[in-house]
Amino acid sequence: MLRTPLHSVHQRLGARLVSFAGWEMPVQYTGIVSEHRAVRSAAGLFDVSHMGELDLRGSGAAAAVARLTCADVDRIAEGQARYSLVLDETAGIIDDVIVYRLADRHYRLVVNASNTEAVLDHARHATAAIAGVELVDRSADLALLAIQGPSAPAIVAQLARDDASSIGTYRCRADRVAGHAALLARTGYTGEDGFEMFVAGEHAEALWDALLEAGAASGLQAAGLGARDTLRLEASMPLYGHELTRGVSPLEVGLGRFVSRGDGYIGAAAIAAQRAAGVARRLVHLHLAGRAIARQGFPITTTGGTGIGTVTSGSYGPWLERSLAMGLVDREYAARGTELAVVVRGRAQAATVVARPFYKRSESK
Amino acid sequence: MSIPENLHYTAEHEWLRREGEVAVIGITDHAQGELGDVVYVELPAVGSAIVQGQSFGVIESVKAASDLYAPISGEVTAVNGDLEAEPQRVNESPYDGGWLIQVRPSRFGDEQAALLDATAYGALLP
Repeated sequence: MLRTPLHSVHQRLGARLVSFAGWEMPVQYTGIVSEHRAVRSAAGLFDVSHMGELDLRGSGAAAAVARLTCADVDRIAEGQARYSLVLDETAGIIDDVIVYRLADRHYRLVVNASNTEAVLDHARHATAAIAGVELVDRSADLALLAIQGPSAPAIVAQLARDDASSIGTYRCRADRVAGHAALLARTGYTGEDGFEMFVAGEHAEALWDALLEAGAASGLQAAGLGARDTLRLEASMPLYGHELTRGVSPLEVGLGRFVSRGDGYIGAAAIAAQRAAGVARRLVHLHLAGRAIARQGFPITTTGGTGIGTVTSGSYGPWLERSLAMGLVDREYAARGTELAVVVRGRAQAATVVARPFYKRSESK
Repeated sequence: MSIPENLHYTAEHEWLRREGEVAVIGITDHAQGELGDVVYVELPAVGSAIVQGQSFGVIESVKAASDLYAPISGEVTAVNGDLEAEPQRVNESPYDGGWLIQVRPSRFGDEQAALLDATAYGALLP
């Protein structure tokens, strides 16, 4: 089992550690609901060092990223980040990634822990014919901390050498935080404002402790992967292995706006064919009428009981205080307001298709 | 962690308290701690029968759904309706406000040997 550089910190904090994608990770410290609410109302600090980082450098780096992901890479400026996908030839999803352009000829892909090897392998093949590109797996030497929530920017500002507040959404910049060299990115996976910080593994613990101390007065709490999952669900963010798999196209799960109209990336031909013909399924967002939880794999039916799809993620939303689910259904049942049902342990539970996202933070600055 | 002396227990982490003709059933403090935040409890209807060792309902935390196992057989005489709106009572007060069902035992004399006392239950815990 792999451990992050913050493993001893999690033990010290009394975290419940679980196996996740080959890593021993904290699922919770005090409780998923309280950590979730801390992130929505104040701030939470997450260790997400299990995520993989693949760096591409050199004169061919932009071309390599443009081949490997479906992003419009020529529109990513230096210091900018963009959500994207790595597709196979059939437009099945190998992974979802964030592409950071750290410098003119330096890109970083942040990939899911469970997919790091698959993406690396795919990247080697995809970029083999492209000259002037160096591909380096940084996953083992970089830690990744996420500080998320309305109080997060002020906490980071206390410790950052430069003006962290001037880093815009989906932008990144090298800085020093509590004296440690870090790449600060205004990205996250919770639906809140905040930062993700890449730092050398040997500085991770000192940075974590400094952040927790600086944020204590404003309600910052350590938060685990349990809260990360419920936060991303409320924010309607897809998760690999749930909404996103090799058997799903980005167009089916509502990610078409992240898929380039160009033809240079792997999967482009399949995407073009799908765009012309339309896709048969759609990702829907469901409010369940009762409190029963719709878990991954549960059948979605019409009110008459005809099977039309499957739940991909479902949980209690600790901030919205209701049972939420996402699922893939036949496209004629995807309109907002459609009444459906989810079969929970043999019993049909009423559910309504609602708009995405379930939760959107208020833009008060 | 609390294991009250006056209760009966199962290895599946339910407790049972005799109250005259009936028995009250819930899950232990250890069980609620392991589950984490309880967000939904599915209980049987009043008047239905439960059977010792068999599932009588489901308790859901944020992360997972778990079966509830009947410590004894009998007829359900009441369910804790407060849990519909406030399932977190199971976490906050597992032996009191977070009780699950009340049962009229049908074979308590035969079945009680299978139950554990507080000491025996405590010895099962890590």
